Amino acid sequence: MSGCLDLTNRRQLTRQPSVKIHEYQAKSVLARYGVPVPRGEVAFAPSEAADIARRLGGEVCVVKAQIHAGGRGKGGGVKLARSIGEVEQFTKDMLGMTLVTHQTGPEGKKVGRVLIEEGLAIDRELYLSIVIDRASASPVVIASAAGGMDIEEVAATHPEKILREVIDAGVGVVPFQARKLAFGMGLDGAAANKFAKVLHAIYTAFVETDASMIEINPLILTKDGNLLALDAKVSFDDNALYRHPDLKDLRDLSEEDPLEVEASKFSLNYIRLDGNIGCMVNGAGLAMATMDIIKLAGGEPANFLDVGGGANAEQIRNAFKILMSDANVKAVLINIFGGILRCDVLAAGVVAAVKELSVNVPIVVRMEGTNVEEGKRILRDSGLKFSTADSMGEAADKVVAQAAAFKADREAK
Amino acid sequence: MAVLLDRNTRLIVQGLTGREGTFHAKAAAAYGTKVVGGVTPGKGGTTHEGWSIFNSVHDAVRETGANATVIFVPPPFAADAIMEATDAAIPLAVCITEGIPTIDMLKVTEFMQGKKTRLIGPNCPGVITAGQAKAGIIPGHICKEGHIGIVSKSGTLTYEAIHQVGKIGMGQTTCIGIGGDPLIGTSHIDALKLFADDPETEAVIMIGEIGGTAEQEAAAYIKAHFKKPVVGFIAGQTAPPGRRMGHAGAIIAGGQGTAKEKMDALAAAGVRVVKSPADMGAAMKEILGR
Repeated sequence: MSGCLDLTNRRQLTRQPSVKIHEYQAKSVLARYGVPVPRGEVAFAPSEAADIARRLGGEVCVVKAQIHAGGRGKGGGVKLARSIGEVEQFTKDMLGMTLVTHQTGPEGKKVGRVLIEEGLAIDRELYLSIVIDRASASPVVIASAAGGMDIEEVAATHPEKILREVIDAGVGVVPFQARKLAFGMGLDGAAANKFAKVLHAIYTAFVETDASMIEINPLILTKDGNLLALDAKVSFDDNALYRHPDLKDLRDLSEEDPLEVEASKFSLNYIRLDGNIGCMVNGAGLAMATMDIIKLAGGEPANFLDVGGGANAEQIRNAFKILMSDANVKAVLINIFGGILRCDVLAAGVVAAVKELSVNVPIVVRMEGTNVEEGKRILRDSGLKFSTADSMGEAADKVVAQAAAFKADREAK
Repeated sequence: MAVLLDRNTRLIVQGLTGREGTFHAKAAAAYGTKVVGGVTPGKGGTTHEGWSIFNSVHDAVRETGANATVIFVPPPFAADAIMEATDAAIPLAVCITEGIPTIDMLKVTEFMQGKKTRLIGPNCPGVITAGQAKAGIIPGHICKEGHIGIVSKSGTLTYEAIHQVGKIGMGQTTCIGIGGDPLIGTSHIDALKLFADDPETEAVIMIGEIGGTAEQEAAAYIKAHFKKPVVGFIAGQTAPPGRRMGHAGAIIAGGQGTAKEKMDALAAAGVRVVKSPADMGAAMKEILGR
């Protein structure tokens, strides 16, 4: 269901960014905890892929494009190869291609690496995931016999096929819970025992790696009775990365927006959007509310940017630099409610940044809170042309009008 | 009256000797809060800016009679600090720290089950009772004594609401920043229950954000039990779906946590929902008919 939103991803817009990794990395992390995964290796070139296929032996290999998004199969990012030659050819085709799936957005993602894996004879495809449920303040295991397909659609059309088990964080997965899920999915006794082991391993991985989500779709039961994670999506809690230096290295910066990467170096929470009004705000909630009010005023925000509560002049300068690196920006709205961040410090930072970067787009400043009068004086005395506003509503109206005027002026020239 | 804090509250600061702890301990004292000491393990027996420092929350409570704590401890140690405060049975713990790992908060939630301490936060601006006391980072000078209660997931948006209440010539009882993390100690509903029992609070501004279903649950509570007028705003109405990875989050939430879902639920519960964050004050004035 393409209209559905994924909360694990949108947490980056609220306050809990997570780090995503590739499928092959996710599998290697899970394997460390004893989760069975197919044999396979990552390749960055066709010859490398051929070597891996030779090492794997067997008659069939799967070539899988590695991007940070699902739905790859439909976009031509997963292929079954029946010879070494085919492995090489498919790898050649995939590397460098831009893969568009329902999770990448229309711009798609460029493929830079592929996973070469052994082919397996599949009997059944199951679904298994773990996330934190806010409502019960607990990890929740979700399982379904309807694996291998769009699980959101299953949840919408056949909710009875979605099984949930709330895990007591102090106790962990209790064996009866694993049995409940296994028998609920129609597994027999032998497979249920194997499922219990897999679930235990995945739960341990979830807790010990500070994951924010682990999703195995499908978890397969092979014809010879083994359970394996055929695909894996894992993301980690950004806040816990300090205690997982090895996981930090798994980040693939080419999968992320370069401006967002730059912003994260300065602890700025920046997300690039499609509009032309740059925003600089302190606090995630106020930043979202500022985007909302720009849209209500008929404009489109170019970004979400939270400079944080304790920003100093240097932070403000960096934030401005990143904001202005987006060529779409036709006007800027600065909306700061000074608590710890004093308005005079903000104003001085803005003035310095505008002078240094010779910003020529219109800037509307709305400040309130600590030392606001001093801040306004600094803006007035700077000799630069700022528009000021006393309320959020006025600021939004002004910036939308100025962006339109600036754009019209540019087009006239 | 007001809720959670008043002029008789005896507040300690965990992490008082740090930069933020010192700054905000002074600001709280300047506002009139009875700040009675600080906790920094290893610095027990010393004094800092005139305050006695203790090695443990237990010691601080025993020596100062503290009944509230505000926590300014770095993220790796914050969960420990909350659990220590809980173990000392301090009635109110306000955790300002941003960036506590979710797994740590799971342990905290588990640990606090059935104990006496109420947690506000983490990752929140804290609590202020206008004209009486504050625990956290909400600037005191923007508040004015009055009859509006404020509960909010977002820090600076709380300030915005406080400011707008002031602009319409009203003031606040208590403003509670509950924090926007996935796991928090006090929910919108918990805060509403406090305001329901407070005779001073005439009406409430409730601010939510996209994600989770806490606002929908609050809407159900309001519909069934909450008799005072409420103005609601949800931030993130225009947040883009962004790039998706897995599906598990969307399934588990039951709803999708969109702003529209939340706004509809609140409106159906009789809350005066404003689309624009600039309209919170005006809407309050209107529903109170003043």
